[in-house]
Amino acid sequence: MTKEKVYEMLDEVFQDVFDDEDIHVIAETTADDIEDWDSLEHINLVVAVETKFGIKFNMSEVVKFKNVGEMVDVIIQRVQ
Amino acid sequence: MRSLEYPFDSDYILRKKKKIKRELLSQNKKYLEKRIAILGGSTTSDIKQILELFLLNYGIKPTFYESEYNQFYEDAVFGNNELDNFNPDIVLIHTSNRNIISYPEIIDTKEEVDKKLNSEFARFISVWKSIAEKFGCTIIQNNFEYPLYRLLGNKDATDFHGRVNFITKLNLKFAEYAEENDNFYINDINYLSSQYGLNQWSDEFYWYMYKYTLAVPAIPDLAFNIAKIIKALFGKNKKALALDLDNTLWGGIVGDDGVENLSIGQETARSEAYFEFQEYIKAHKQLGILLNINSKNEMKNALAGLEHPEGVLRKDDFVIIKANWNPKSQNLAEIANELNIGIDSIAFIDDNPAEREIINQTFPDVDTPDIGEMPEKYIRILDSCGFFECVSISDEDLNKVKMYKQNAERADLLNSFTNYADYLKSLKMTARIENFIPMYMQRITQLTNKSNQFNLTTRRYTQAEIEQVAKSCEYITLYGKLSDKFGDNGVVSVVIGHKDGDTLNIDLWIMSCRVLKRDMEYAMMDKVIAECKEASVKTILGYYYPTAKNGMVRDFYKLQGFDKIEEDESGNTTWRLDVETYINQNKFISVED
Repeated sequence: MTKEKVYEMLDEVFQDVFDDEDIHVIAETTADDIEDWDSLEHINLVVAVETKFGIKFNMSEVVKFKNVGEMVDVIIQRVQ
Repeated sequence: MRSLEYPFDSDYILRKKKKIKRELLSQNKKYLEKRIAILGGSTTSDIKQILELFLLNYGIKPTFYESEYNQFYEDAVFGNNELDNFNPDIVLIHTSNRNIISYPEIIDTKEEVDKKLNSEFARFISVWKSIAEKFGCTIIQNNFEYPLYRLLGNKDATDFHGRVNFITKLNLKFAEYAEENDNFYINDINYLSSQYGLNQWSDEFYWYMYKYTLAVPAIPDLAFNIAKIIKALFGKNKKALALDLDNTLWGGIVGDDGVENLSIGQETARSEAYFEFQEYIKAHKQLGILLNINSKNEMKNALAGLEHPEGVLRKDDFVIIKANWNPKSQNLAEIANELNIGIDSIAFIDDNPAEREIINQTFPDVDTPDIGEMPEKYIRILDSCGFFECVSISDEDLNKVKMYKQNAERADLLNSFTNYADYLKSLKMTARIENFIPMYMQRITQLTNKSNQFNLTTRRYTQAEIEQVAKSCEYITLYGKLSDKFGDNGVVSVVIGHKDGDTLNIDLWIMSCRVLKRDMEYAMMDKVIAECKEASVKTILGYYYPTAKNGMVRDFYKLQGFDKIEEDESGNTTWRLDVETYINQNKFISVED
């Protein structure tokens, strides 16, 4: 799966979870950039990403995510 | 909304919850508003948000109080201003086996373990008692899911040191408490987590990461389970099933294949599946669920199918059988009409997606569950829908099917009379009308929540509220029970009025549609007047608030001799009667003292 495709699919997930069709994420996007992205919504995001890509993150991965780019790295590793 | 009906897609609900909420609210339905306090022993944020969706879908609009993290005990026992001011209609306590403080240790003696068990139970009782005393409201408390590990292996279940054993005993104590206490309901997550799969339900990831004691993907199942209890409490259960025949109740098409070639009985795997489905459907009769047929068939073929020697369901198990070539939507409307229930109180069960879709288009409020194409799955799907979620089993339920059959006999009798008064006389009716008494609180509550048509104000009450009203000297409460020569109809009418000086305001006036046109409302009014005179009430004010369903009582107060004194633009009317001028109207019912 290409990086572009992953970002395209991530946009869909973010748009659904935050109910905002204008959201587009880049590698540097963090919780500070999206108003409703608090720790409680974070879990929904993680679950929605897992479902979208048919993968499961483990705890040590999730706690290390500092921005969307790091999440994308793990996704690409997993789906390949 | 389809996305919230079983079988639902949990991932979709979780991902789109904001959009779903927006869509629900844009339907602009008339909602029943309820205040729900969630007292949690762990994170509850998503439980609240998803529960809201399912409740909105049931026509209930919740406002929430949510306790701070793991403050369920403190909030309940010590209270806090915010919660006190919130004054909940329902308290939902969300706990898990992680909220059990002292589990048995292997070195404990039997006495020590018993002591631990009793002290855990006592802690929860103090929570429930304190809520009941403070708010007098309904409590929903979950039992416990099984533990994720078994130190003793299989012996964990049988040895008093085992956690499985400990939790099983605690769950049994919770069940006994629920049996003995009204207004207290168990949210059975012990069953739910088993059904979901304990390993997935208790996935540790969600606990360590976010302090959720259940996996986030399981939250829609939990919320749906809670919503089912709440909608049942507020009278939103279904009352009847309308069932298709071919490939729904038996395999094959009776008109084409012939009765002898239908799949039903013990001969093949497929016929066994249909046999068990028929058994499952038939069991609903005992709960007072009205079974009906809505099938495209010749009547004689439909009846022949129901006489299949290996079948379970028989012609007499059904109240109404529609087997013809009319559109099923027309049949369904006729069934609702003949049963005298709202069409949204019927669930339509049909294996054919096209038939379900037509019903859906014509009557969006009728549930048409997607039972799939595999008869071996029918029971599981229908059972999970929770159409008939049981919050109480009243004698009325047990007798309901009999009563509907008696009504059919009365209709036959009516046809033999040319004069309606002669018919009423021939019924030899007797009534008992008196203030609410404990024996009938459950039935009175059930009736206040189920009546839609003969209901002047459509106010809903929980049993706790009914009990409070009954105790208060500010209120006049009456229930009416009606019998005739065909049988006892049970409690069929309820009136609640609150006094304001020498005026009585009638908050609620309802009557079951099974006794329409029997003059019971006049017998009730005579008694209301008698009560008013005793309480020195001079004036009665009656209110009519129109809904989609209560058009039949628009002129109720006019017929009772009231004068209209007010009407607003939405058709709400206020009516007035001088107690002194009233003349008793009941002629045909003998009222017991």
